[in-house]
Amino acid sequence: MTLIDNHEAVGMEGAPRLSEASARDYFELLKPRVMSLVVFTAFAGLVLAPGQINPVIGFIAILCIAVGAGASGALNMWYDADIDAVMTRTAQRPIPAGKVLPQEALAFGLTLSAFSVTILGLAVNWFAAGLLAFTIFFYVVIYTMWLKRSTPQNIVIGGAAGAFPPMIGWACVTGGISIESIVLFLIIFLWTPAHFWALALFKMRDYDAVGVPMMPNVCGEATTKRQIVVYAVLTALSGICPTLLGFASLGYGAFAAAMGLGFVWYSLGVLRMPEGDKRMLPAKKLFGFSIAYLFAIFSALLADLLIAGIWRGGIV
Amino acid sequence: METVELSDAQKKSRRGRNIALGLVLVGLVALFYVVTLIKFGSGMAH
Repeated sequence: MTLIDNHEAVGMEGAPRLSEASARDYFELLKPRVMSLVVFTAFAGLVLAPGQINPVIGFIAILCIAVGAGASGALNMWYDADIDAVMTRTAQRPIPAGKVLPQEALAFGLTLSAFSVTILGLAVNWFAAGLLAFTIFFYVVIYTMWLKRSTPQNIVIGGAAGAFPPMIGWACVTGGISIESIVLFLIIFLWTPAHFWALALFKMRDYDAVGVPMMPNVCGEATTKRQIVVYAVLTALSGICPTLLGFASLGYGAFAAAMGLGFVWYSLGVLRMPEGDKRMLPAKKLFGFSIAYLFAIFSALLADLLIAGIWRGGIV
Repeated sequence: METVELSDAQKKSRRGRNIALGLVLVGLVALFYVVTLIKFGSGMAH
């Protein structure tokens, strides 16, 4: 039996609004699939950074970055619950599905944000914690609350939020930013538009229905396809920058160039796609390849470091 | 003063949330303990 002694807990019809949310529903608020990418790229930044970090502290750093990213996902779901309910891709998220109340998601997101930033600051360093706090702010306030519903460039600028994790991982070790961590940032930043616009092309109607000004709805398919090619080329170029700047081997450079060519090839497939194509297979293929591309590039950087360590006669 | 009887689903979900929260709290205690040991250890080494 539970005591109800305030009116906020009572719904419009007078019935108590007691949560039936499970721990799994709260976990879903963290956008676990996005979090896996954040964990991987942050780990890459942390391992690639010069210097040493205690492995346990390194693990805690990755955990804090993952929880911070999850917290911003929860805050994003809280703010976007109205449009999530309409879009097929997001209608089953915990808030529109009625499993978690919006105010519960808000409290959950704010609490996790505060804890992740504070623990990262106390356990690792306050520069990295500041970057994590800025990333959460950027994703929730700049992207979700401002850009997403106001400009077709929303994910170009907002993509920065997803590009910060390797930079935070790097800062956990070095306590600062350097050209190498900026390159890691750029790879993800330039990759985001082609990745998201490929999705936006085949989910165009969804975005149209909720009035989110994605590039295909506002500027048309032809413009979007051209811009996808431009960003695919820029992504391919940024992918080989680690070799050009001397912090990855020629072997990595050749691999990144091949993957970059693949990315551009798939984007050209989208460019050739007929206007009004219902199935949009090339866009779906590009979307799939873009995910593989990012994992491959960061895996290759890690493998390159490992091979260089073995070559020099010891594990790095 | 008003009271309400929880349904079975509400009781089950609350129990699940409580267990998850308990695990998170135990995890936090362990985390702070380990961080303290590492920070103290490296402090003494210097």
